[in-house]
Amino acid sequence: MKKIWIGVGLVCAVSLVSCGGGGDTKTAETPKAPDSGAPAAGGSATPDMENGATITGKVTFDGAKPTMKPIDMSANPVCMRAHASSPQKSEEVQVNDNGTLKDAFVWIKSGLPDKTWQVPTTAVTLDQKGCMYSPHVIGVMAGQNIDIKTSDPTNHNIHPQPTVNSEWNESQAPGSEDKMKSFPRQEVMIPVKCNIHPWMRAYIGVVSNPFYAVTGDDGSYTIKGLPPGTYTIEVWHEKFGTQDQTITVGAKDSKTQDFTIKG
Amino acid sequence: MENAWLYRYSILVLGFTLLLVVAGALVTSNDAALSIPDWPLAWGRLIPPLEGGIRFEFAHRLLAATVSVLILILALWLRTKLGWTVLVTVVAQALLGGAAVRFFDPKALSVAHACLAQLCFGLVVAVVVGGADSRVRSVDTHVDTFRPATETNGRGQSVWGSEIADAPKSVETSLDSADRSVRATSIIAVLSLFVQTALGAAVRHGATSVVPHIVGAIVSTVAVMWAGLQILMKYMENALYRRSASILLGLTFLQVALGLFAYMSRIATADDPQPMPMMITFTVAHVAVGALAFGAAVALALIVYRDTPEKENHGGMAVA
Repeated sequence: MKKIWIGVGLVCAVSLVSCGGGGDTKTAETPKAPDSGAPAAGGSATPDMENGATITGKVTFDGAKPTMKPIDMSANPVCMRAHASSPQKSEEVQVNDNGTLKDAFVWIKSGLPDKTWQVPTTAVTLDQKGCMYSPHVIGVMAGQNIDIKTSDPTNHNIHPQPTVNSEWNESQAPGSEDKMKSFPRQEVMIPVKCNIHPWMRAYIGVVSNPFYAVTGDDGSYTIKGLPPGTYTIEVWHEKFGTQDQTITVGAKDSKTQDFTIKG
Repeated sequence: MENAWLYRYSILVLGFTLLLVVAGALVTSNDAALSIPDWPLAWGRLIPPLEGGIRFEFAHRLLAATVSVLILILALWLRTKLGWTVLVTVVAQALLGGAAVRFFDPKALSVAHACLAQLCFGLVVAVVVGGADSRVRSVDTHVDTFRPATETNGRGQSVWGSEIADAPKSVETSLDSADRSVRATSIIAVLSLFVQTALGAAVRHGATSVVPHIVGAIVSTVAVMWAGLQILMKYMENALYRRSASILLGLTFLQVALGLFAYMSRIATADDPQPMPMMITFTVAHVAVGALAFGAAVALALIVYRDTPEKENHGGMAVA
């Protein structure tokens, strides 16, 4: 009986060691072809910048401006040196001076005509700088490349945690080549973390249409080229969740849709 | 003389196993579980760059390898069913750990890994208790001491674990043959603490809320108090029983306190951008004392079963 157990254990060990799976340390993968769940790279629909509608707006924060806690990077001297002049604070809630929220993700959730939207060939960059992800929140189309680079003289691992797309986790040493990755399925939002530096967080909004934006230092967003119609527009924030609004636009309309998020 | 060295060696293995449990808890509490994305290599080599969360994960793997070797030696030395069981368990545990890395730490695997760690610790405790049994016990019911075995069991065989039923014992230290409830409650204490461990692991890895774990804490504390106080009230004159029950009760109460501190520290640091030292300390201590409490319950149950009279125990419970 014991020989059987030992044999089973050895077989399992050999199988696990030899089988493929996550955790390899390959870098600079070639761009993946999107699978059937994503718009084809040759999709024909594009935003109509000439006749399409434009939605602009602000995401305002209602409440006392929270004080973000400083990040303790003492575990890594390289990270500490990058913020020697002023300690890095958490980016969970960033309220701008004008009372608006930075890094809110705004997108057209529903109402678009049934079209396959063209995926941009340019990649969106996600950098690791000063042991922080930059930018903190990005938006990409399903199937669009994300250029993951490291500007830090220290090691990182990039670990997105999607629920709809496939999960992966790869290391990235200093000076190594960029990694080109994409997610074939719409998913709002995919958290990304580094298990070496537990304070590092980023979020990737993967959308199957090109109508999305991330608010910046002035808390504003602009979505252009929308076909006429009635849409559900949603704002997402990592701490405060989501909020939906309905908006109707006609050809060449320019409408404002603001959001107020309560703290 | 060989039994004395084997006993000391099993204590050493127990110590390293507890260290391994602590190392695993540090990995989880520091959110470092996948800082080494590959297995069995680490960053494509034997020794990865030791920075940040990698230090915790690599230390855990290093200790796991050490414990595996120690347990292999123990199993070969013992050559008993219990020894082989411990070996199979630690191999399975290593494979579970590797699978957790390969499949990006899914909740079910992580919880299974945590539970098996506690089970492995309990089995090593059983080896230690069995080794203690192989020594000649004093028949003085007021003083129970262990001396290195200097004699065999009359069949010329070394008395260790597998001959627990033949281990010398005094009539005065045997359980009352009608006292089945003591055996039953000691087993219930073991089972309830293991279930509580599983619930704790489920909370740690996001598989469930903290509510079942809190309910489990109440249930397992009651079960432990029932077993421990029952033994203290009935067998206070037996130093071994008294000490074992007291240790179990003390560890369980300490565990409840640590659980409270761990929970409160988690709430207090919920908005912090990274795991904070206070939360990590209390949580890791909670995991370690949980293992000790479970081990103490296993030890008490084995001692109780060992002392069950032969006519009730059908020849004694062989733990090896």
